[in-house]
Amino acid sequence: MRSIEDLVGELPTFAGLSPAQRELIAGCGSNRVFEAGEHLAREGDAADAFFVIRHGRVALELAASAKGALMISTLGEGAVVGWSWLFPPHRWSFDARALEQVRAVAFDGACLRGKCDADHELGYVLMRRFAAVMLERLQATRLQLLDVYGGPDGE
Amino acid sequence: MSDQATIDRAGLDELIAILSRRGHEVVGPTVRDGAIVYDEISGCDALPAGWTDEQDGGSYRLRRRDDEALFGYAVGPQSWKRFLHPPELTLWRARRGADGELEVSEEPPEAPSYAFIGVRSCELHAIAIQDRVLMEGAFPDPFYRARREGAFVVAVNCTVAGGTCFCVSMETGPKADSGYDLALTEVIDESGHYFVCEAGSERGAEVLAELPRGEAGPEALAAAEAGVARAAASQGRTMETEGIKELLYDNLDHPRWDEVSERCLTCGNCTMVCPTCFCTTVEDTSDLAGETAERTRQWDSCFTLDFSYVHGGSVRSTPKSRYRQWMTHKLATWIDQFGTSGCVGCGRCITWCPVAIDITEEVAAIRADAVD
Amino acid sequence: MAAPTASETTPSAGRGPMAPRPFRVLSRRQETEDTWTLALEPADGGPGPGFGPGQFNPGQFNPGQFNMIYAFGVGEVPISISGDPGGEGPLEHTVRAVGPVSAAICRAEPGAQLGVRGPFGSSWPLAGAAGRHVVIVAGGIGLAPLRPALLGALAGRDELAGLVLLCGGRSPSQLLYREELEAWREDSRLDLGVTVDSAEVGWDGDVGVVTTLIGAAPFDPANAVAFIVGPEVMMRFTVDALLDRGMDPADVHISIERNMKCAVTQCGRCQFGPTFACREGAVMSYAAIEPFFRTREV
Repeated sequence: MRSIEDLVGELPTFAGLSPAQRELIAGCGSNRVFEAGEHLAREGDAADAFFVIRHGRVALELAASAKGALMISTLGEGAVVGWSWLFPPHRWSFDARALEQVRAVAFDGACLRGKCDADHELGYVLMRRFAAVMLERLQATRLQLLDVYGGPDGE
Repeated sequence: MSDQATIDRAGLDELIAILSRRGHEVVGPTVRDGAIVYDEISGCDALPAGWTDEQDGGSYRLRRRDDEALFGYAVGPQSWKRFLHPPELTLWRARRGADGELEVSEEPPEAPSYAFIGVRSCELHAIAIQDRVLMEGAFPDPFYRARREGAFVVAVNCTVAGGTCFCVSMETGPKADSGYDLALTEVIDESGHYFVCEAGSERGAEVLAELPRGEAGPEALAAAEAGVARAAASQGRTMETEGIKELLYDNLDHPRWDEVSERCLTCGNCTMVCPTCFCTTVEDTSDLAGETAERTRQWDSCFTLDFSYVHGGSVRSTPKSRYRQWMTHKLATWIDQFGTSGCVGCGRCITWCPVAIDITEEVAAIRADAVD
Repeated sequence: MAAPTASETTPSAGRGPMAPRPFRVLSRRQETEDTWTLALEPADGGPGPGFGPGQFNPGQFNPGQFNMIYAFGVGEVPISISGDPGGEGPLEHTVRAVGPVSAAICRAEPGAQLGVRGPFGSSWPLAGAAGRHVVIVAGGIGLAPLRPALLGALAGRDELAGLVLLCGGRSPSQLLYREELEAWREDSRLDLGVTVDSAEVGWDGDVGVVTTLIGAAPFDPANAVAFIVGPEVMMRFTVDALLDRGMDPADVHISIERNMKCAVTQCGRCQFGPTFACREGAVMSYAAIEPFFRTREV
């Protein structure tokens, strides 16, 4: 049974951090397993936590009345799920649902925010990591919006 | 092959008559609509005797000479490509039967056997360039080949340089060095008005042997050489060709392209008059009943939007990109594709551009402040 | 099993390079709202003269090559061959109706005749992939010209270190070859990733652009070749993602689409820098064309 610290060390998001920094982060983490169909989060809920996926796939969805849930994006191994813990009002913007069995490390948002406030170097390193991932996610989303393939009604 | 002789105007008439009797459709320069164009001729009377041309960027005028020279001018708006690579050609016709069967009948590539009178050295190079493009690939064009093979070529060495000529820079003249059956150099001086005539092939020598001719003595040869040297020394333009391929490849984003595109109308005149431009389009048509169809091939120009159209739009939608395509193809990518420059320095694109864009000036401008 | 190459054919026998050969439509299957797959066979009685002494055998082509397909009286367009290069089966073309010619081709019912000229163009370098990973990334209709490469790779799977197919599409109903995709999902010889830009209710596959699948795809970038076809934007970003993962630009191959009227390097329209897309392409190595690919409107 590996420790949270070991698991943190394996996550690409936290690669290259010092052992001390890993220990700090791990202190806010816990091991979670979600079965297929289970929700990691619901739109509107308080965003107290975020997840980093170790195994499995998660869908980000929006409930849209007549059509059921609309999937916006799917995330896989190594992906960070959830940003709303970083900034007020700390509410989830989407549903996050496990598409298959998902094993993830869950991080307590308040705990990690507190540690970043206390240790600015840790805070800066983490913010840079998260910003890089958000940028990548933004670029991919922009490409999605471009609708490059077109269709019978479009180009 | 240095069968040489001198012939006079009567001899030239006889040459045209012999070629006609041999079954050739004889084509040569003639004055029409204020320009010197290529058309069927039956004798020297049709040639532009006593005419010369004044050419500059966007300007072409005919002027009277003070002699009766038959070839005292440079090149006009047309080139021999309108005979070898015709502006419009039916490729095949098709029928669709009652059961939907498709039957395609190709047009036979038969063509007149031409004799070209007055082919300049730059034009010989242009013909050789089009030979490479249209006959040396994996799928030789049978229509071009039918017109090209058997064409009898009577070249003329220029003794007058045009206002926009730069064959010396492009190493394509003014003296014809190959690709002809006969080559003429016109001499008009105190000793008379005659042509030094040289055979460049066996059948050229055969025809020369049938003409009333005189000996090509040292004075005649010297006079001919002097004429060619005068043309070489009075070129209207120059083009520095050293490293030109790399220059253009490295400067595809040079600001000069923006500048020239503000002037360029994308009218495509340059591609129509250029003797090496070969681009075409294909048109598929059918009758109203949908029973017969045909495909024709027509000259086209890289300056049109259609030229680069793919689903979603044209790859080269801006005039800048189209001018750049034409110039970089002509001077740079042509070298990678076919082993030589696509430009023969005839100057037509400069003369016939309505806004006088000068390809030699554009190259010089990019060179002047290039990215290495 | 090489297609009759340019050097093997002479136009003196058979037909000239611009004359289409009649082919009969055997079957027509709708893939999506605007895309159909046609199966064709020669209408002049079996494998006969192609361009010359060579025999055009519909199965004999190299993956990546295309034909010029003619719809009577309407026109002719280049369409990649999407069938099995090693099979005995008919000539297959998957066509998207985007203009009058392609729409006319898509309307052709079994029994109708179309004109075919070809095959033309370069091919996916599968021969050089022995011992390496083959990574195929298809965007939208791009899966059609890649299907022969995939089938060729599956047939020669023992020679490869690995085989990955990543497909991106606009939405689940716009995916091509859905039955085959299901079969390939279960096929242990390849790793399949399918993603859509926009999901429909009931979709439980991935959602997001196809580049998001590249990071986790199981291949060794130092020992792989990649074949990419899709809209130019998608190809650009896919190339970047593969290079970011450490692939060599010479091992990344894309397919260039250009206007084509002749397909025999004589109409001049398909030029892309110094290359003719009908001869040096449509398949080209990214390393060979990079400076032109990155310059707009070349």
